[in-house]
Amino acid sequence: MANVGYSKKVMEHFTNPRNVGVIENPDGYGKVGNPVCGDLMEIYIKIKDDIITDIKFKTFGCGSAIATSSMITELAKGKHVDEAFKITRNDVANELDGLPPQKMHCSNLAADALQEAIKDYKNKKK
Amino acid sequence: MKNKRIYLDHASSRPVLKEVFNFAKPYLMKKYGNPSSLYNLGLESQKALEEAREKIRFFINAENSKNIIFTDNATESNNIAIRGTAIRNLNDGKEIISSSIEHMSVINPMKDLQKNGWTYNQIPVDNFGFINYDKLNELLSKKTIVTSIMYANNEIGTIQPIKKISEIVHDKGKYLHVDASAAIGYLPVDVQRDDIDLLTFSSNDIYGPRGAGILYIKPGVKLQSIMPGGGQERGIKSGTENIFSIAGMGEASKIIKNEIKSESERLTIIRNKLIKEISKIDRAFLTGHPKKRLPGHVSFIFNNIEGESILLNMDMYNIQIATGSACSHKTLEPSHVLLEIGLKHEEAHGSMVMTLGKSNNIDQIPLIVKAVNDTVERLRKLSPL
Repeated sequence: MANVGYSKKVMEHFTNPRNVGVIENPDGYGKVGNPVCGDLMEIYIKIKDDIITDIKFKTFGCGSAIATSSMITELAKGKHVDEAFKITRNDVANELDGLPPQKMHCSNLAADALQEAIKDYKNKKK
Repeated sequence: MKNKRIYLDHASSRPVLKEVFNFAKPYLMKKYGNPSSLYNLGLESQKALEEAREKIRFFINAENSKNIIFTDNATESNNIAIRGTAIRNLNDGKEIISSSIEHMSVINPMKDLQKNGWTYNQIPVDNFGFINYDKLNELLSKKTIVTSIMYANNEIGTIQPIKKISEIVHDKGKYLHVDASAAIGYLPVDVQRDDIDLLTFSSNDIYGPRGAGILYIKPGVKLQSIMPGGGQERGIKSGTENIFSIAGMGEASKIIKNEIKSESERLTIIRNKLIKEISKIDRAFLTGHPKKRLPGHVSFIFNNIEGESILLNMDMYNIQIATGSACSHKTLEPSHVLLEIGLKHEEAHGSMVMTLGKSNNIDQIPLIVKAVNDTVERLRKLSPL
């Protein structure tokens, strides 16, 4: 039987989430999910020379939604946008020592939100 | 430092009472006879089985102890009640009815019968969770074999007027089945007073060990076995009886019967204080009826935050609550009960349910209220909504 509970790392990020908040005039902004489905994530990024210098999030959702949001901000901070864009949902889940199977899709949207924010940044740059 | 546990999820599990465990313990290792065996060791178990049956009879005021069937749990009792009557009486009609806020162990057997040719209708409920009596009356016919309405709802606490519903059902239909799982630990249930044909609850609902439940079957109700075998429990539920859990359930019913009135009054005071305090939180809304609700049942929705997060955050204070949020369910759908009382999906996600019991007391109220306030504040700060 699959474990339905959360790893210690998920609970640690849920309890003390990193980089919560908004960035005024962000260089990129990404939003995924929908309150009707129970998960909504917003990610703000600040970029200098294509490097993510600051990143903040706000999330409505379950424990894994909050923990994955927190984790992606840690993973992305200081990375080149092209590197950060390659971070997958699986990477986020692995860094959190795994997520319960039923949470892998619905509440693991953080990588998508970051990609949206990077796309937004690139569109603005054009 | 972790606070002392404040357990507020008695609807999902109750601790077994010490007196109950001590009473039932000998039936595990000493008095292990099969009640069907004729030597003394077996007869000892048979005696325990029949004594437990008599205690349950007295607990719900059944006509005769023969009208109590022991099962493994409430889900099994619900299945036997619904499938057993529907299949046995199919020559009289193939219509079945339930409320739209029943437990899945009522809704799913009915849906299963529907797939096999029965007509299944659900009675809608109003915003408080009371069933629509006109609709019930309209849907009932001479062909309605079984109508299943829960005594009280586990998620919103609303108590149905079962006596009134019984009159409506018996005016046209055949049998009224009542799932009393949520109500039995809080309210005195009397099957003759309320004219109930079939009644379900489990041992753990009254602080007994898991692995036992009962189905009350009124004299004259025609019901077919859905578990044929060696003929135990009048052939309706074959299989060697779980004497430990059954003996424990009987003893638990005796204890609960004695104290249900005073305990309900005590819990109602705590419940009302909690509701009053939690209602003060911004965008917090009580679900279910404010008065006609189970003693010890406190249920809210909080806008803009999600229930599983509420549950995890409350657990950080060592307070255990439940939620009807999608994330806490295997199906990833929010509770059907919350949707049926008219909440939107995004509202239903923010639900919190507290069910009080013996371990709770008035001194815990400030701690609980503070934890809820802090939790809602923290999660709203995280939320983009």
